[in-house]
Amino acid sequence: MFSLETITNSIQQWLYSTFNPTMALILECAIVMLLVIGLFAVLGLVLVLMERKVAARMQIRLGPNRVGPRGMLQTAADTLKLMMKEGLTPDGADKFLFNLAPFIVMIAAMLIMAPIAFAKGFQIWDINIGVLYVSAVSSVSVIGILMAGWASNNKYSLLGAMRSGAQIVSYELSAGLSIISIVVLAGSLQVSDIIASQQTGWWLFRGHIPALIAFVIFIIAVTAETNRAPFDLAEAESELTAGFHTEYSGMRFALFFLAEYINIFIVCAIGATLFLGGWMPLHIGNWDDFNRIMDYIPSSLWFLGKTFCLIFLIMWFRWTFPRLRVDQLLSLEWKYLLPISMFNLLLITLIAIMGWHF
Amino acid sequence: MSSIPLTHILFVSTALFFIGVYGLFTRRNLITMLMAIELMLNSVNINFVAFNKYLYPHTLNGVFFSLFIITVAAAEAAVAIAIIINLYRNHRSIDVEDAQEMKY
Amino acid sequence: MDISQVLFYALSAMALGSAIMVVISRNPVHSVLWLIITFFAISGHYILMNAQFLGIVNLIVYAGAIMVLFLFVIMLMNLNAETEPQKNKWLKLAGVVAGGCLLLVLVAALKQAEVKGKVAMLETGDIGLIRNLGKALFTDFVVPFEISSILFLSAMVGAVVIGKK
Repeated sequence: MFSLETITNSIQQWLYSTFNPTMALILECAIVMLLVIGLFAVLGLVLVLMERKVAARMQIRLGPNRVGPRGMLQTAADTLKLMMKEGLTPDGADKFLFNLAPFIVMIAAMLIMAPIAFAKGFQIWDINIGVLYVSAVSSVSVIGILMAGWASNNKYSLLGAMRSGAQIVSYELSAGLSIISIVVLAGSLQVSDIIASQQTGWWLFRGHIPALIAFVIFIIAVTAETNRAPFDLAEAESELTAGFHTEYSGMRFALFFLAEYINIFIVCAIGATLFLGGWMPLHIGNWDDFNRIMDYIPSSLWFLGKTFCLIFLIMWFRWTFPRLRVDQLLSLEWKYLLPISMFNLLLITLIAIMGWHF
Repeated sequence: MSSIPLTHILFVSTALFFIGVYGLFTRRNLITMLMAIELMLNSVNINFVAFNKYLYPHTLNGVFFSLFIITVAAAEAAVAIAIIINLYRNHRSIDVEDAQEMKY
Repeated sequence: MDISQVLFYALSAMALGSAIMVVISRNPVHSVLWLIITFFAISGHYILMNAQFLGIVNLIVYAGAIMVLFLFVIMLMNLNAETEPQKNKWLKLAGVVAGGCLLLVLVAALKQAEVKGKVAMLETGDIGLIRNLGKALFTDFVVPFEISSILFLSAMVGAVVIGKK
C-alpha cells in the first residue's frame, strides 16, 4: 500500500547505498531541514487563511474573498507585502538582540518539530525522552519573547514581554502535569511508544474522567502558552498597542506572526498525539470489522484531521471568550488549574496502578 | 565518546570553574555574582557526570549527584532572587557594597 | 577525528567562550543571554556523555526557569550597562591573580592525576536512560529525593515570606 513510510525508507536506502554514511547523514539533515521549512511556509499560509475565514464565519461576514479563488491567495499576497516592507529598528534599541529575537522564537518552534510523528513511521527523530524534549525546547521560546520586549526599548513592549513571560512560565506547569498524566498511563516518554499504546483506543476515552479533565486542562494551558485570546494579554491591543512586537515591522514581524501560528500547530499536534492517538486510527476494542474499515484511511490524514480539529477549537475560543485581566489569569492558573491538575495526576496514577483503564 | 580523553573534559570544567571564580571576584552586581555561582555549580556537574561515565560506568551515583545539585541550585536561585528583590526595595540598588547594614 | 570529537571540541569552545562573555559583558541582560548559551553547550556535553535525561533536565531547569527568572528580575529593576557598578582596575587584577592561582593549582593537580587516572572506559552506553534512573531514584536514592522535596517546600515558603515583606 502507498504510504509515507515506504517513501522515507526507500529514500534512506538510496542515500546510504549511494554515498558514504557521513555524507548520507548530512544529506538527510539537509532534506529534513528543507521539508521543515517548506512545512512552515505552507502551514503559515493555511493557518492564517483559516483563522480569518473562521473569524469571518463566527461574526457572520465573508472574510477575505478578493485575491484568488474564494480569497485563497490572500495570505500569499500579505506575505509578499510584508517582505517588501522596510524593517525599522527603533532608536536606542539593542540592535543585535532586536534582530536576533524573532529568529530565536522561530528556531525554538522548528526544534519542537523533531519528535512529532506526522504519519506511521514518518518522524524526524524518535528520541527516547521525546515528551520531556518537547517541554524543554518549548520553554526556550519565552527567552526570545523577553529578548524582543527588552531590546525594543519601548515600555509597551517590555510590559507585554513580562506579561508573556509570567504567563508562559506559569501555564507550563499545568500543561506539563497533564502531559505527565498521559505518560503515566502509557508508561513511556517516547512518542512512538505513546502512540503504540493507543492501539485499542485513545487515552481520552480509555482513561475515564481524569483523562478528560487532563485534556481540558491541557487545552486551556496551551491556549495560554501560545498567547492566544482569551489569554492574549501579552499583545492586548487595547492596553499595550501590540505587546512585545510593537516595534517590529516587515519580515521580522512576519516571523513572529508565523511563529505564533506554528506554535498553535505544534501544541495541537502534541495534544492530538498524547490524547487522541496521533496517527493511530479510531479503534474500538475488539470490533475488528470497524477497526479494519478505519485502517483504510491513511495515517497522515488521521493525524492532520485531529490536529486541525484542535486548531479549530482554539480558534473558536478566540471569538467566544472575552480577554482576562492579568490577576485573573494568574489566579486561574495558580489557584484553580494547578491544584486540580495535581489532584488529577494522583487519580490517574491510581487508575494506572490498579489497571482500571480500558 | 570513548575517543575523547577524560582529562580534556576535566580541563573544560576546570576552566569554567575558573571563569566563575573570576566573575564572582570582579562583579559587584548581586545578580551577576549569582550567575557566576551557577556557572561554578555547572562545571562541578560536568565533572561528576564525566567521572561517572569514565571511571564507574556501572553505577549512577555521579548522575544523581548532578541531579541533586541542579535541584539545590533551583531552590537557591529562588530564595536568592527573593532576597535580592527585597534588598533592591530597601536600598534602591543591588550593588553588594551598598548593602552594609544587616537590618535596614 | 570522528564526529563526536568534533562536537566535543565545538561545544567546549562554545561553553568557554560564552562563559567568558558572561563575566566580561557590562550589560546584565547580555550576561544572562550568554549564560543561557553556556547552559546549552553544557547540556550538549551531557548528551555526548550519554546522560540525555540530565541534559534535558538541565535545559528545563536552567534555561527554562532560572534564567527566565533572572531576566525577569533584571528587566523589573531596569538594569543596564550604565547602572552597572564597576570595580577599579586593582580589584580586577586581584580577581585575575586569585582566579589564576586557583586555575594553576587545579591544572597542576590534573596533570598529576593524568598518570594515575587512565582507566579504560567500558562501553555500557545507557547510564542516562530514564528507566534505569527512575528505578534507582526510587530505591537507592529515595531518602535524598524526599529530602530535596522538603528543601523545595522550605525554599518556597522562604521565598514567599521574604518577598512579601
